[in-house]
Amino acid sequence: MWYENFWWHLVIAAVILIAYFFFFIVMFIWTERRVIGFFQIRRGPNRIGPLGLFQGIADVIKVMLKEDIVPNKTDKILFWLSPLMAFVPVMMILAVIPFSKGFQLVDLNVGIIYIAAVSSISSVGVFLCGYACNNKYGLIGGMRGLAQFISYEIPMLLVLISLVISSGTMSVNGIVAAQSLPNIIFMPLAFVCYFISSLAEINRTPFDVMECDSEIVAGFNIEYSGMKFAMLYLVEYGEAVVMSTLVATLFLGGYKGIFIDGPIPLLIKMVIVFLFILWIRATLPRLTVEKSMSLCWKFLLPLALFNLLFTAVRITFFPDLAQWIVVLVSIVMTVLIIYLWSGLYKPGRELQHE
Amino acid sequence: MSFKTEEYVLNVGPQHPSTHGVFRMRITLDGEIVKDVEPIFGYLHRGVEKLMEMRTYKQGIPMTDRLDYVSAINNNWPYVMAVEELAGIEVPEKAEYMRVIMAEMQRISSHYLAVGSQMNDMGSFYTVFMYMFREREKLTDLMEMVTGQRMMYNYMRFGGVSQDFPKEFVPLLRKFLRIFPKYMKEYEDLLYDNEIYLSRTKGVGILTREDAINISTSGPVLRSAGVDFDVRRDLPYSIYNKFKFDVPVGKNGDVYDRVWIRMEEMKQSASIIEQALDMMPAEGKYQTKVPVVLHVPEGKTYKRIESPRGILGCYLESDGSDKPYRCHFRAPAFINLTALKKLMVGQTLSDAIITFGSVDLSMGEVDR
Repeated sequence: MWYENFWWHLVIAAVILIAYFFFFIVMFIWTERRVIGFFQIRRGPNRIGPLGLFQGIADVIKVMLKEDIVPNKTDKILFWLSPLMAFVPVMMILAVIPFSKGFQLVDLNVGIIYIAAVSSISSVGVFLCGYACNNKYGLIGGMRGLAQFISYEIPMLLVLISLVISSGTMSVNGIVAAQSLPNIIFMPLAFVCYFISSLAEINRTPFDVMECDSEIVAGFNIEYSGMKFAMLYLVEYGEAVVMSTLVATLFLGGYKGIFIDGPIPLLIKMVIVFLFILWIRATLPRLTVEKSMSLCWKFLLPLALFNLLFTAVRITFFPDLAQWIVVLVSIVMTVLIIYLWSGLYKPGRELQHE
Repeated sequence: MSFKTEEYVLNVGPQHPSTHGVFRMRITLDGEIVKDVEPIFGYLHRGVEKLMEMRTYKQGIPMTDRLDYVSAINNNWPYVMAVEELAGIEVPEKAEYMRVIMAEMQRISSHYLAVGSQMNDMGSFYTVFMYMFREREKLTDLMEMVTGQRMMYNYMRFGGVSQDFPKEFVPLLRKFLRIFPKYMKEYEDLLYDNEIYLSRTKGVGILTREDAINISTSGPVLRSAGVDFDVRRDLPYSIYNKFKFDVPVGKNGDVYDRVWIRMEEMKQSASIIEQALDMMPAEGKYQTKVPVVLHVPEGKTYKRIESPRGILGCYLESDGSDKPYRCHFRAPAFINLTALKKLMVGQTLSDAIITFGSVDLSMGEVDR
């Protein structure tokens, strides 16, 4: 068939992915402003288009028409390059995500490693944004962000390893296919660790230490305007789109639905994950950078290690256990260990007694 | 190759989201740790005290509203009291009750703003702020009903207040007081059960008892340090000795205590308003007649009240003409700000910012 041709497949899939990426960024901008509006007992944007649906497009047009200011004494090359460097890898992650049975850009057999590798490039770009703009606020933001990225990558990767052990494959397609029940039921602890650390990876509240507007104004993007600012804005929301898609794929069963399989269950799951992120954003205050670090090293890392051990023991010694026993044991174990560990550790409390 | 670190200076303000106005700090940072703070005042200086010397006594009242623009009625009060004492003007009993009711409403609305913007500094992205403005809006509507203004209420006059309560006002105020505890419960659940909030505020920005007294701080900043002092109770002015209310006192002098004290004070203010509404005489004048051009006899006086930010004093000196010879205000936020170095040095930048917010300043009052 014509669509089995490699080049046709590449072109069509790439176009669909790019369309998906930008469409959901624009829609997420609208969703975020609208939903946060409801959380805060106000209306949110409702003037442009029905229900304010075209607000995202209007925002993009406005930002693109702005004057592009390059401050004096910046590192010109990095200043131009770093928004792109942050933006492109975010889009690249989507390449390995299956949207339906057999529909993805490439079915890499090392998909998980690809995701881990590509997603860390973006953090370098974001750090360089803060570094290049010759502004102390920007530099503080960049430094904070980089430290946080590096730390949270570790529990995240440990959780991904446990996923690989449990599914027996590194291909994302294989992981989705292996989920007869969604992974969130099999490995709730892994889900908790992954979700928290990816919140930190995409700089969402309560981990938005690198652009906290009340302290360092806008952090890494303080000097950016016009198209370059739009690029950083796209990074922020693009990361949210990609992260929601990844969580939906890895933990919520991906394209597998209750009644039908295909892109629609994936999209529903993705939007639910995003709404959950918004809920957190609307409720919680921000952690400081050192408390966010200690949360990572003292809370998430031990839990992720324990999760890895638990999964490895389950796969090695009890591979043929009935599903309901595994589910029951994992849920009980998760509740128990989170309860015990959070009794031992309160975020940042120990710092005050130094 | 050897690495070395050096301290650097960060200019926070005058345009910055968390300086609550146009305040500027030169913060010397070592990484994230604050090594030194140099506050720079004066970006909002309008010369209010000098301007008052060039206006008649009555024209001075609107100047006082503009001092602390989030608690205007409290600012009217010490000036009006000082002029009344010098000129020997009697205030009718009903007017005293009306003053207390309005001032306590103003205190609640000011504390709403303080706690809300404190949570904003903490990065909760306007959620608590918007919810607190839901109630503050109701209070603002009520006060608009009485004074005709929504922000800089110019309500007090020599010998009373500018106008009587309209008849719809008291039932609506009572309705607000009925739903008020329910809202407070909501905020207490939201704040005090939140682990992130606790970890950010407990033990942050500690001011010791000795420092608090030596710097002569006042208001919630003083009481958070464990000093049990409230002008309303200890040096009662107006008719405050008729009401029963508690003065919340903190233990550790940290940000948590300051927010907690503001939340408790709101409840106490609500109870004072309730008592005042019950005790207020139904009939009576709300204003005594004073001459249009008021000549105040020679003399000087100092009057102080407990404003939402602390002790607000007014020193007034008269030379017998129709204009004050000297009028000076002891602005609570200005004096609380002198504790800034003690509060901020040694903390991280994030903690320093919320500590700064917990002093609850308004620049109109600091720079005058």
